[in-house]
Amino acid sequence: MAATAHRPTARKRPAGAPTREPVRRRGRVIQWKGYLYALPALIVLTVFLLVPLGQLVQISLFHWDGISVSTWAGFDNYTEIARDPQLRAGFLHSFVLILFFSVIPIALALMLAAVTTRAGRLRGVSVFRAMIFLPQVVAMVVTATAWTAIYAPDGVLNTALRAIGLEAVARPWLGDFSTALPAVGLIGTWLEIGLCLVLFIAGIGQIPAELYEAAKLDGAGAVREFFAVTLPGLRGQITVALTLTVIAALRTFDLVYVATHGGPGNATSLPAYEVYNRAFGTGQVGSACAIAVTLTAVILLLTFLITKVQPQEDET
Amino acid sequence: MISGRERALNYAILTVFAALALLPLIGVVSSALTPAAESGPSFTWPRHLDLGNFSTAWRQGHFATYLTSSLLVAVSVVLLTAVLAILAGFSFAHFDYPGRSALFYVTLIGLMVPPEAFVIPLYFNLRDTGLTDSYWSLILPQTAQSLAFGVFWMRNFFRSVPVSVIEAARLDGASDWRLLWRILVPTSRPALLTMAMLVFMWTWNEFLLPLVMITDESKRTAPLGLAFFQSEHTTQYSVLAAASIIVALPVVASYVFLQRHFISGMLSGAVKG
Repeated sequence: MAATAHRPTARKRPAGAPTREPVRRRGRVIQWKGYLYALPALIVLTVFLLVPLGQLVQISLFHWDGISVSTWAGFDNYTEIARDPQLRAGFLHSFVLILFFSVIPIALALMLAAVTTRAGRLRGVSVFRAMIFLPQVVAMVVTATAWTAIYAPDGVLNTALRAIGLEAVARPWLGDFSTALPAVGLIGTWLEIGLCLVLFIAGIGQIPAELYEAAKLDGAGAVREFFAVTLPGLRGQITVALTLTVIAALRTFDLVYVATHGGPGNATSLPAYEVYNRAFGTGQVGSACAIAVTLTAVILLLTFLITKVQPQEDET
Repeated sequence: MISGRERALNYAILTVFAALALLPLIGVVSSALTPAAESGPSFTWPRHLDLGNFSTAWRQGHFATYLTSSLLVAVSVVLLTAVLAILAGFSFAHFDYPGRSALFYVTLIGLMVPPEAFVIPLYFNLRDTGLTDSYWSLILPQTAQSLAFGVFWMRNFFRSVPVSVIEAARLDGASDWRLLWRILVPTSRPALLTMAMLVFMWTWNEFLLPLVMITDESKRTAPLGLAFFQSEHTTQYSVLAAASIIVALPVVASYVFLQRHFISGMLSGAVKG
């Protein structure tokens, strides 16, 4: 309770407002106390996040099994990523997942949002919104468990296919080499569509009604209206949706761990799963770290590109 | 303004998508209510309701233990994150010192870096200090992860408090500490609630961290318990479904009551740019 000395808080005030305390002079007063307030959070962040991040890069340059002495590897672990077909496949699978987690949900949600909000205000939209958003809050383990039952050999999907005479199409969806990855992807579509839809509906609500009226006066139909008013108006929301869903696709771990364990073969193996598997399963810690660094770099790069593509003038 | 037919079409589309979102979850619920004897390897529709699966799952799956672990970890993370984020958010919003924005951006790194990136070194660090297999190995890293969002969230909120409120407190001679805890924190109750719920949900649903850090069965968290339970009970889906509901219920129940807070928090937290 000793540190109660008054500090000037003038910097938040509009210039010229009468104050008792000295307004920020040319040589500003450094409010040392600020460091003290930020310190506890910064310590936790540094010890449990930033330092490990640095160590990650360091370990990735060594051959290490987690127990015995590590040996210098240089960039071996990284060149391995380019050379090892299994690892390359993992990264390729990620890009397939982006289609399912990102592109399809965004396209569908755009269409849905456009159709439902053309009407102006619909009653009860918030109830639908809450229902469609629900998958986002259910633990991924539960989601994976639910969908394993749908995709099971005697599961809902196959039962439905047999019922409509498509016996030939039925198969163990998660156990079949050709369908396992799209099947995992569709779970992602199911997960992410609500997020995108809620974002877009909120975004359309912010588009000035006059723009729609002007479009109507110009004789624009639903399609023209969508491309001339709705789509440009949602640019910011689309960027956010793209960022979030692409990251979700690249980070998919629990889903694959519970639903397929990367199988069959390595048909659904993903970098995030491979990081876990190598570090804690097969004792290739150095290699796992190199994959983690690469994955992080890909995520940061894509996030950067997505925000760069968005034009700067943001009319939200 | 629009024709009745278009309105009907809108409702039809919304209903279809709401149904698609809910069906897998309804399937889990209906399977969980199916008597174990009638249960198959997939979703089932009960002929008569049976709550027996829940007690079977509860006993066989040790969910009392797992839920206790989850609750302990989640509550600790929420409290720690709240206190640290309030202090740091206040610092970044109200004090003027060199490096302030640089430090703020450093905290935001946690929003972008995936947990897969720091979990490996973290595991070896904590193993060396003997902290693996303890609740601390879940609480502290999870707090660090949540702080990025928490600090960002609280800073934004504190910056939005009208200057007049702060000036009035100053005129009454309130110190920084009093200003923070007596004026700013009480006014930020809705923002705090949203943050607490999101952090609770993220911690409760977290899978990778407990999977890596915990081998002691009695310290497993609920999602982890479910994953192990699943690999043992692939045939009796009704029991597995009941276990899934036990794990999902705390978050889903609070979502049902507070969905406005959840959705707005997740969206505005996301719109960080």
